[in-house]
Amino acid sequence: MTSTLTISRLTKRFQGVEALAEVSLDLGPGMRVALLGHNGAGKSTMMKIILGLIPFDEGEVRVCGTAPGSGQARMQVAYLPENAAFHPALTGEEQIRHYLSLRGESPRRAMELLERVGLAKAARRRIGTYSKGMRQRVGLAQTLIGRPRLLVLDEPTSGLDPVSRRDFYALLDGLAAEGAAILLSSHVLTEVEARTDRILILSQGRLVAEGTLAELRRRAALPVGLTVIPAAGAAEALAAALPQARLAGDGTLHLACAQDEKLGLLARIAGLGAQVADLEVIPPSLEDIYSHFSRRDGQ
Amino acid sequence: MIRRILSTAALEFRIALRNRWVAIATCLMVVFALVLAAAGAAPTGDIGADRLSITVASLTSLAVYLVPLLALLMSFDAVAGEVERGTLPLLLTYPVARAEVLAGKLVAHMAILALAVGAGYGAAALAAVWTDPASTAGLPALWRLMWSSTLLGATFLGAGYALSSIARRPSGAAGLAVGLWLGLVVLYDLGLLALIVADGGGGFTTEVLPVALLANPADAFRLFNLSAADATAAAAGVGGAAATIPLWQSALSVLVWPLAALGLAIAAFRKVTP
Repeated sequence: MTSTLTISRLTKRFQGVEALAEVSLDLGPGMRVALLGHNGAGKSTMMKIILGLIPFDEGEVRVCGTAPGSGQARMQVAYLPENAAFHPALTGEEQIRHYLSLRGESPRRAMELLERVGLAKAARRRIGTYSKGMRQRVGLAQTLIGRPRLLVLDEPTSGLDPVSRRDFYALLDGLAAEGAAILLSSHVLTEVEARTDRILILSQGRLVAEGTLAELRRRAALPVGLTVIPAAGAAEALAAALPQARLAGDGTLHLACAQDEKLGLLARIAGLGAQVADLEVIPPSLEDIYSHFSRRDGQ
Repeated sequence: MIRRILSTAALEFRIALRNRWVAIATCLMVVFALVLAAAGAAPTGDIGADRLSITVASLTSLAVYLVPLLALLMSFDAVAGEVERGTLPLLLTYPVARAEVLAGKLVAHMAILALAVGAGYGAAALAAVWTDPASTAGLPALWRLMWSSTLLGATFLGAGYALSSIARRPSGAAGLAVGLWLGLVVLYDLGLLALIVADGGGGFTTEVLPVALLANPADAFRLFNLSAADATAAAAGVGGAAATIPLWQSALSVLVWPLAALGLAIAAFRKVTP
């Protein structure tokens, strides 16, 4: 299958400073990829290059087989900017009708799109009266116009409440199932965890990590945390049996071990029998993995 | 292409309606036109022209100042405002050419100007015909004034879009727009008058002045309307020069300037990176 988006050795400089350096990426139909990085890591710059809004210095970018920003590419790419903004004097419906016309679709479909993002009731109110989350939904509605083959979403869920976020990801799943490739950036790492096929981590313009969450987790090899809750009166004995554990103020014991030592340690704790009331295993969170990769490069 | 331009135009017209630009422009033109119609009533008997022709001459002088001002006020925000609101990047990812975006805005803003000019001149014409039935003789001149005013507006709309693209910030664009208005509409004529006085009927007045007048869209507009309406006698100042410049030359300037300004605007807008 041909890829929807191919980037090879992309480099972009702003007045001599490298904003992106030798970034390569391949995105096929139906793939959902999350782009993570600090502010200024180059996420928005990369998106703007893919959209053809700004030129780049070196490398190659192909969007749906053509140059980024060409008429052909723009027909097939939908974009949601960070903090989507619209003219405050227009209503949500008027704005979406206009976007439909620009894409050569019937403006009559505006209400249907606004219903899909849960904005039907406010459709005839001016955007100036909308909350940030509602403006973001107008932005989402316009990305659903036509059948985009590539969706570029810059922090799409900022300003959305948890329920809207879930609805939004459900929408994305539907689009991906229909074959759209999705590139999204986010700061909300935990939600990306469950909803994307691949994660890219950008740090100071360089791609420092790429892969599925399981791959990144393995590569980072961060310690696993264990919390042992002792049975009544057994705290002292348990602490003596597990000398590497740290006794917390609430009477629980905290341990950390490398991935490959995890099973052995678990067996030891299980062997302590009735002294243990409960046991929790805490794998490294995406936040931990993310800071592991982005910090490594920053040093 | 037409569909995208018309959709943009409809949207811009709606925005102008809600921002009360349509109301402001129309009220301004009607009030000024009626004041001129009333004031211009006095000298009718002396000149022997019908009342509407006199009014048209006065309206021409009014339009030279007011139409460019209205056009610049409506257009200075066109690109800079989109940049500031953050709406431009999204718009430019749509399959719409930058020229189409500007053309859509131009259609909407020209429609508003045509509406304002039509209402203003129409009111003045009604007042003139009311008091002097012979004024219907001046109707062709009034019609010419209407369409040429709209074209004058189009020139300054295009110039406003160009300045808006160059400045990229609404405050900067507003400053440039005021500067352009002062330069082309006020200072340009003052400068020419000073040169004429200094020249004393020499080579400058006969050779350079006609070209200088045609090169300025506001002066060309004034020349075109005054020489076409045979109302030169009723107008003073630079209007006197109208007699020496053929009508086709001023007409050409009136027609070509809007296209040139739009071309400049498109070139400037293409240089804007969102």
